Amino acid sequence: MDFLQNIRFDMIWSYKELFIRGVGITLALTLAGYLGGIILGLFFGLGKMSKKKWIYYPCKYYVDFFRGTPLLVQILLIHLAVIPTIFGHSLGYFASGALALVLNNGAYNAEIVRAGIQSIEKGQMEAARSLGMPFTEAMRSIILPQAFRRMIPPLGNELIALLKDSSLVTVIAANDLLYAGKVVAGAYARFWEPYITVAILYLMLTLVFTKIITYVENRFSNSYVPSPRKRPFTSGSRS
Amino acid sequence: MIKIQGLFKSFGDLEVLKGISYEVKEKEIICVIGPSGSGKSTFLRCINLLEDITAGEVFIDDVKVNDANTNINEIRREVGMVFQQFNLFPHMRALANVAHAPKRIRKMPAAEAKKLAYQLLEKVGLSDKADAYPEQLSGGQQQRVAIARALAMQPKIMLFDEPTSALDPEMVKEVLEVIKQLAYEGMTMVVVTHEMGFAREMGDRILFMDEGLLVEDGTPEQLFKNPQNERTKAFLSQVL
Repeated sequence: MDFLQNIRFDMIWSYKELFIRGVGITLALTLAGYLGGIILGLFFGLGKMSKKKWIYYPCKYYVDFFRGTPLLVQILLIHLAVIPTIFGHSLGYFASGALALVLNNGAYNAEIVRAGIQSIEKGQMEAARSLGMPFTEAMRSIILPQAFRRMIPPLGNELIALLKDSSLVTVIAANDLLYAGKVVAGAYARFWEPYITVAILYLMLTLVFTKIITYVENRFSNSYVPSPRKRPFTSGSRS
Repeated sequence: MIKIQGLFKSFGDLEVLKGISYEVKEKEIICVIGPSGSGKSTFLRCINLLEDITAGEVFIDDVKVNDANTNINEIRREVGMVFQQFNLFPHMRALANVAHAPKRIRKMPAAEAKKLAYQLLEKVGLSDKADAYPEQLSGGQQQRVAIARALAMQPKIMLFDEPTSALDPEMVKEVLEVIKQLAYEGMTMVVVTHEMGFAREMGDRILFMDEGLLVEDGTPEQLFKNPQNERTKAFLSQVL
């Protein structure tokens, strides 16, 4: 048990600002990637359901590419090739990292959106259309509100996966959580303390996210009927 | 009011409707009967173009329904439809189910749409269920809300696709009563049904369909008492 006695967490403490900043960057990248990914997912998921070939095929190729290539490769490609080619210079690690996460996450979300929409009974669209609703209105006010509920569990999984995957941006020198660990490891040539700290911090973040997801899932569970408010002193009867 | 000429419908290689022509006059109540798979529902769904028409023509008030220049949404606003499986919107309360379409499509002010919806729920006997979600309603209640929802667009024609087939027996009556009420008010209706008693009592004309063809049509008197076609006789002898 020598090694336990040699553990020195004081070196982590002296770098605490780096870790705090890392957590902030990781959270910011995750949330940016997640929100952007949901918007893209909605867009491309609907596109993948289109009967028009000029809409369907671009959407399909997008999803195929970003699900079929490693995120690490996508990050490097975007940061070192795509963005410098378009803008002539780098826009910094955050822009590249967030863009890569948005594009990658969007591809996965596209499939979730498509599956969610297709899981809604055909009769719902028919009922809406039979009332004279245009397709887009029926989609917006009838199909999507129902489909979103069914997308919540898989979208929750995506959030956790994205949080962890965001650590890959460390290869483009983003100051994220993993990068903080690497800096400390590099400075002291010690690996246990920095990486176990990084792991624990990621774990804490995922646990918090899991709590939030569970709450949202319960809130939007099977029933549309709001659960009755608990009023202990009234014998409230619900019809 | 509804004119159908040489209507053909195929699903891939399967020919479901094989040339149907018929004309529905204003305020007529047409009951369509026939064995399962005879194409009754498909026939009904072709009228408001929920199914693409393979060949033939459907006119509603002299407007050709299956024409590229026709705005099908406008036609559908005049043609209410009630489904076997109700198809209420589960994320909306009963009142919103009814009020949604007039509000969004007819651009009716929210308060007015709500008032209309309330009146219609009252008409189908469910004003006390305005705040209930579909999952809190029985099948019969859901179907009555669905009828109110269709009526909210103030259609000239109502199509009923086996409106009582998914109901428990004790709920059939409450739904049929609502449909009868509409009939008395002079609504033009096409009703696909297995309820022979209803067809006999309420139908102005009965259409008997079999294997994608309109085999026989006549008044309830003619068709039920004195069917001409062998297939009609065979079918009636089984269901009556």
